[in-house]
Amino acid sequence: MGEIIHLKGVWKIYKEGEENQVIALKNFDLKVNEGEFISVMGPSGSGKSTSMNLIGSLDTPTRGSIFLDKHNISNLTESDLAQVRGRRIGFIFQQFNLIPNLTAKENVMLPMIFQETDEFEREKKAEELLKLVELQDRMDHYPGELSGGQQQRVAIARSLANDPEVILADEPTGNLDTHTGDVVMKFLNDLNEKGKTIIIVTHDPELAMKHTKKIYWIKDGQIEKVTEKINGKWKDSKK
Amino acid sequence: MIKDYFVLAFKNLKKRGARSWLTLIGILIGVAAVVSLISLGNGLKDAVNSQFNIGSTEVLTVQAGGVNNYGPPGSGAAKPLVQSDTDAINKLSNVEVAISRNIRSVKLEFNKKSAFTYSTDIPDNQEYANDVYKFNGLEIGSGKFIQAGDRGVIVLGSNLADGNKNGFGRDVHIGDNIAVNGKNFKVQGIMKKTGSLIYDNVILMNSADMKNLLGYEDNVDIIAVKVVSKDVINQTISDIDKLMRQRRHVKVGEEDFDVSTPEATLSSVNSIISGIQIFIIIIASISIAVGAIGITNTMTTSVLERKREIGIMKAIGARNEQIFYQFFIEAGLLGLIGGMVGAALGVAVGYAGTSALNAFLSSTTKPSISIWLIFFTMLGSFLIGSISGLIPALKAAKENPVEDIRG
Repeated sequence: MGEIIHLKGVWKIYKEGEENQVIALKNFDLKVNEGEFISVMGPSGSGKSTSMNLIGSLDTPTRGSIFLDKHNISNLTESDLAQVRGRRIGFIFQQFNLIPNLTAKENVMLPMIFQETDEFEREKKAEELLKLVELQDRMDHYPGELSGGQQQRVAIARSLANDPEVILADEPTGNLDTHTGDVVMKFLNDLNEKGKTIIIVTHDPELAMKHTKKIYWIKDGQIEKVTEKINGKWKDSKK
Repeated sequence: MIKDYFVLAFKNLKKRGARSWLTLIGILIGVAAVVSLISLGNGLKDAVNSQFNIGSTEVLTVQAGGVNNYGPPGSGAAKPLVQSDTDAINKLSNVEVAISRNIRSVKLEFNKKSAFTYSTDIPDNQEYANDVYKFNGLEIGSGKFIQAGDRGVIVLGSNLADGNKNGFGRDVHIGDNIAVNGKNFKVQGIMKKTGSLIYDNVILMNSADMKNLLGYEDNVDIIAVKVVSKDVINQTISDIDKLMRQRRHVKVGEEDFDVSTPEATLSSVNSIISGIQIFIIIIASISIAVGAIGITNTMTTSVLERKREIGIMKAIGARNEQIFYQFFIEAGLLGLIGGMVGAALGVAVGYAGTSALNAFLSSTTKPSISIWLIFFTMLGSFLIGSISGLIPALKAAKENPVEDIRG
């Protein structure tokens, strides 16, 4: 299993050089291999969100490099970065973040519009994916007509639209009750078993320990420790 | 792929229904004004031109100026023309014939109802009378025209014979008696419809009858002059100008009379209509400009409100230019829809206006609406809309996805 995302010596400094500069990440190293199911864990203010933005190529580092599939993406233009993440990374957000005036199916089709997939294929794929998350009878509903759990499942379907290698989920169960949250996590687990690399960003250790196999504990912009589940038991792993 | 952006933009506009309609109202009104005006304007010109029954192009008219009361042409002049003016003009070398004409308003009574209209005199000289009919393009419909020596008879314009249009409540037939200013005249002819508001509502009578009836003595309202050939028409105008200046003791530039051809009058009327068209187009442009600012305003608000959506779209792979297209096309669609509804409204107003004009002037003009007018209106509205959305769309494209999603 080769590496898929590699943050190497990454610094993220907001308002650098100004009096109120904030160092969000300090010499941050993180390597994710293909097929892993990991979580990035930390309290708010730890740099967890910043690391998510960088892993998801939503943002570029102040210093250091980010490799996606061994290609350095730290210096890409904003539009090229958008193209890369649209194809290779699927996002799932805490707030679901569906477009309210598009139906479930149209929301799933949207990432394919941006990749200029043809219309027929787009529709077929969206229907398949909604079937996968068991929403085949809700395809033409608007987000406002769906429950939180259903919306999050549409978001999962949307994240899969362009067949990305990596799914990046930011507090995916944060707005859901435990049961619905478990259903959502089960879908993510199934995807992992089918070979997708899944990265969860969360502040909730219980969620991380219950569902993922490797946890990066973040504190003050650095990785404090890495723990790994081996034969059902959590053990410290080397950073 | 561009089709997808149109679909997305349309869905967005639909969702913001009321706001979208309010936004495009400026463009709508402007476009409606332009389209109705262009389609009406030419109809209006045709209708006005039909009022000038030009039977002969070698005819010019002389009128006294300095009008001091309301009435038909020449009749209210401070210093009217007189018969001896006509005689003097008749002696000019390029003049074939000069005929004195009088046009006065009269009161008609028939079927115990009354109506006001114009009466015009027919010379008591058969050759001149025939010239008058010819110069003005008049033709008899039934009965016969006023001839030299006729007394106590009149000829009616076509509308005056029609019970639906004459105000008497019933048709007038040949042989009926109509009181003109209290004196009875027998109808001996009805003219063919000319399409001119004046000639279709006029009565004709022998000049001797009219002079007796109205008592204007030697005064002449208009002198109709026929020149020997069209080539000398300008020379003749300046000859008459010179002669009349001498006779009326006025200097160059202070003329209290006017020598003109029907074409000249017509072209000055047409230039007034063009002036009105330009004026309304300027007003319409202001409306369109205000509409364009409205679109910019709405799109700017829209970008602010949809920051989060923009962030999400960027996160799921939208390139800057794809975000730009979406907002740009959305603004263009606002303009286009305004243009479409405006053009439809304009065409409707064009048709309604022309048929109102036709009813009033008994003309038969049609609004001039071309596919190209509609096409360029649509294209123009789309461009105005999208240009108005340019800055908001650029702003949307530059949004930072990280801040927007967190926002």
